[in-house]
Amino acid sequence: MAIESFESHPSRYTHWKLSVDGDIATLVMDVQEGDGSERPYILKLNSYDLFVDIELADAVERLRWEHPEVRAVVVTSGKDRVFCAGANIPMLASSDHAFKVNFCRFTNETRLAIEDASATAGQGYVCAANGVASGGGYELALACDEILLVDDRSSAVSLPEVPLLGVLPGTGGLTRVVDKRKVRRDLADHFSSLAEGIRGSRAVKYKLIDATYKLSRFDAKVAEHARAMADRMVGRADAQPVPMTPVEVEVGEGGDRHYPGLTLALSPEARTAEITITLPDDAGPTDAAGAQAQGMAWWPLATFRALNDALMHLRFNHRPIGTVVLRVVGDPKVALAADALLAQDTWFTTEARHAIRRILKKVDVTAKTFIALVDQGSAFAGSFLELALAADRVFMLDDADGDGVHLAVSPLNGGAYPMGNGLTRLQTRFLDDAAAVEAVMARAGELLETQDADELGLVTFAPDDIDWDDEVRLAIEERASLSPDALTGMEANLRFAGPETLETKIFGRLSAWQNWIFQRPNAVGPAGALKSFGGPTQPVFGWERT
Amino acid sequence: MGNIDYDSKIPNNVDLGSDRRLQRALEAWQPNFIDWWMEMGPDGFQADDVYLRTAVSVDRDGWAVFGHVKMPDYRWGIFLTPFEEERRINFGDNMGDAAWQQVPGEYRNVLRRIIVTQGDTEPASVEQQRLLGHCAPSLYDLRNLFQVNVEEGRHLWAMVYLLQRYFGRDGREEAEALLERRSGDADSPRILGAFNEPIDNWLDFFCFTTFTDRDGKYQLRALAESGFDPLARTCTFMLTEEAHHMFVGQTGLQRIITKTARGMKTGDPKAQGLIPLDMIQRHINLWYTLSLDLFGGEDSSNAATFFGAGLKGRDREHTLTEHTALNQQYQMTRFSPDGAAVVEDVPLRRAMNEVLRDAYVEDCEKVVRAWNRALEKEGCDVRLTLPSRRFHRQQGIYAGLHFDTDGTYMSAADWQARRDQWLPSAADKAYVRSLMTKAVTTPGEFAPWIDPPARGIDGQPLEFEYVKFCRHGA
Repeated sequence: MAIESFESHPSRYTHWKLSVDGDIATLVMDVQEGDGSERPYILKLNSYDLFVDIELADAVERLRWEHPEVRAVVVTSGKDRVFCAGANIPMLASSDHAFKVNFCRFTNETRLAIEDASATAGQGYVCAANGVASGGGYELALACDEILLVDDRSSAVSLPEVPLLGVLPGTGGLTRVVDKRKVRRDLADHFSSLAEGIRGSRAVKYKLIDATYKLSRFDAKVAEHARAMADRMVGRADAQPVPMTPVEVEVGEGGDRHYPGLTLALSPEARTAEITITLPDDAGPTDAAGAQAQGMAWWPLATFRALNDALMHLRFNHRPIGTVVLRVVGDPKVALAADALLAQDTWFTTEARHAIRRILKKVDVTAKTFIALVDQGSAFAGSFLELALAADRVFMLDDADGDGVHLAVSPLNGGAYPMGNGLTRLQTRFLDDAAAVEAVMARAGELLETQDADELGLVTFAPDDIDWDDEVRLAIEERASLSPDALTGMEANLRFAGPETLETKIFGRLSAWQNWIFQRPNAVGPAGALKSFGGPTQPVFGWERT
Repeated sequence: MGNIDYDSKIPNNVDLGSDRRLQRALEAWQPNFIDWWMEMGPDGFQADDVYLRTAVSVDRDGWAVFGHVKMPDYRWGIFLTPFEEERRINFGDNMGDAAWQQVPGEYRNVLRRIIVTQGDTEPASVEQQRLLGHCAPSLYDLRNLFQVNVEEGRHLWAMVYLLQRYFGRDGREEAEALLERRSGDADSPRILGAFNEPIDNWLDFFCFTTFTDRDGKYQLRALAESGFDPLARTCTFMLTEEAHHMFVGQTGLQRIITKTARGMKTGDPKAQGLIPLDMIQRHINLWYTLSLDLFGGEDSSNAATFFGAGLKGRDREHTLTEHTALNQQYQMTRFSPDGAAVVEDVPLRRAMNEVLRDAYVEDCEKVVRAWNRALEKEGCDVRLTLPSRRFHRQQGIYAGLHFDTDGTYMSAADWQARRDQWLPSAADKAYVRSLMTKAVTTPGEFAPWIDPPARGIDGQPLEFEYVKFCRHGA
């Protein structure tokens, strides 16, 4: 099933309602069950599928751009006695493995976007669980800064995946319970194997929620918490709403996508794709105000948003394509000029920087091989250099004539774009080698030739013009022939050297275990727990522990 | 170096003059090759004029010219059999696809390994044989030795051409490494075991060229079927030259056998300074089994990969009718450590090394039959034989076990007790070496332990001065 668009707009939301009142926004989840004609499942009890989450992702992002005055976001349910039942189980049971994995990756990114809004945009999230929050529903709550649960003597928070479905709460639940909310591990163990979950004061005592209020006082208390959250969060005085316009794209034959400044060209028979970013000839606005006036159309932002869209299409709609060649074409000085604006401490440029940071992290967790090609006329500079640093390999032409092949570093490479592990891509690349990072940063603003870039450790291979075509072709062909599963595993292990964070644990440990479980007969076999759920028979397990 | 006209200096049919990549690679490699040749090539004869043939084209008639040349000035050429439009891969999973004119990325490493392994044997044999000239039985034989040596050098060039032309930087590094490894070197030995044993007498040399070069013939034949077209075309032409090497070995041994058989009519061969037939048999046993090992394991996943991918076929694959080798079995007899034999079906693709070995064994049997005819002709009742292919193996399913020359299982202790009955002993080696203490350098003269050949080289008489020594040389 091809996903046509990963974008949405409040005017088109089917499952959410977004309202803003002063500095407090409210996101009401009211999932439409659907008539079952289009999709072979019914979204009961505020359970969600990809399309529900696409709307949520839109809302979280849009609040930053269009409602920067918002300091608190209340997430609640439009249903009676149900907050959210999590990802729809028949949907998961009927999806193939690759879709499930990509679905979970996307929902994880959305939950992280919520936490990122709180951490970097001064928009705190209050979950008003006015009913049962189970599985992915509780995981959504966990992404919020505060969890308030109605005390109606029945509504509970729960992670019933293990006891009911034989899988994991795969959207960060286990990680956030212990790492974020600091629930004691033995209590978390008890909670995570208890299908009906925990409510009331015990849930507070376990630190699973922050507070629980009687039904009659719930709305008032939610408003109180929202007010307090809004007062606590610090926004920026210079924020001016910028409309989050849709990403412009023309779809060509065979699914190629042409955005202003970026092209995604597919070669399905070779199982490869090329993403070519073309910088404008001119850096455009010379000050932040000029950039903000252009809004989403300001080219660095537009280019990275196009990249985001291209990545989503690659992930969901072009799954056999395993190798993505990255090129940035243009004048590196144009990229450096844009970085000079991006580095400024205005609200708009800061937001743009944060948006680019989030999109770069999507490259990191995309299960495709990225190969950056740096040759004549390439412009991997500053923010765009991050793409090369995110790539699994970098080929840079060692041109005999010695001109026209450059990389460039900008101050932004020194800290603006940390990865999920909390380190910059340079720090991760040169793990525990601060001198190597410093040596690179000392060259900020210069156009680095191939030998310099090679010596600084920025490129994997530097073939000369005689070898270039062959080396690149062979590397890509060879890569495309290797086991896609092994490559995904290998890349995920190599890309994230350094410390563990909540984020790396979610994308690494939690996702890897979940993906394993999703393949096992105990979950997806004919008598597996996921398949048996809601049916007349009990699951049958193979009892061997691995 | 940049101004050397490689196109004229190096006979070739690969359009060397317009290939920048290759020219650049050769600029770096060729001087190192010459250094290697001077250091590790035939010792003591580099300044002499040797009557050598030089490949100058791939025409079926007249592909080579003969003339006296100093070996360091030999024109090592690069020749591929002509390009065939629309050649297709004719076996394995890619059967029917157009033959690859470039290295497919997914097979890059495997192909490089195949070519490096083949290429490594070429300089190795030159190194093994570098001291042999000092005890040559005649100028005719000395010249044949050097012919084999320079052509092994050319085969190294052929493999280096492929590495440099098609494998980029890695290929150039591998090409350098081919010159850096040394036969028998403790730190950097040649890749295959059989190429690390020195060859210091002519009986070993003739055995080597009969049996080990014949392994080369079958490896080349299998690679001549390769879906990687440049490799196939390179190997096809190498086979042309390899034939002479086997001729040198087979006729050389036959001349020794004939001389011994003739002497046996009058008495003990040893008393006459001849090489006894049982001693020859032991050398056959040794070199035949060392060469069998070069084919690799009987049951081999690498072999299955090479075949399945279309990289390495069977002997004359194009003459077979079924080219997938799927759903077929090959029967092998395995032995447990206690000697129990079990006949096992192995999927045919995994048995490709053994299939190639079968063709080799059959060819070797023909050679032995020719020797036995020579014995018969001299009225000698003794017959030479090939040992069982289980005997004295260091590779594959029989390695680590012990069998007699008939293939009967036995204990290690029993085998050790009878070892010298089957394989050259220290005494054998000492005796053979005692016969070969100095070179026979007078034109037309031959050492007493070997018969003269039936005819000379290139229509020249036996008295021809096949090697002209310079005053300071030899």
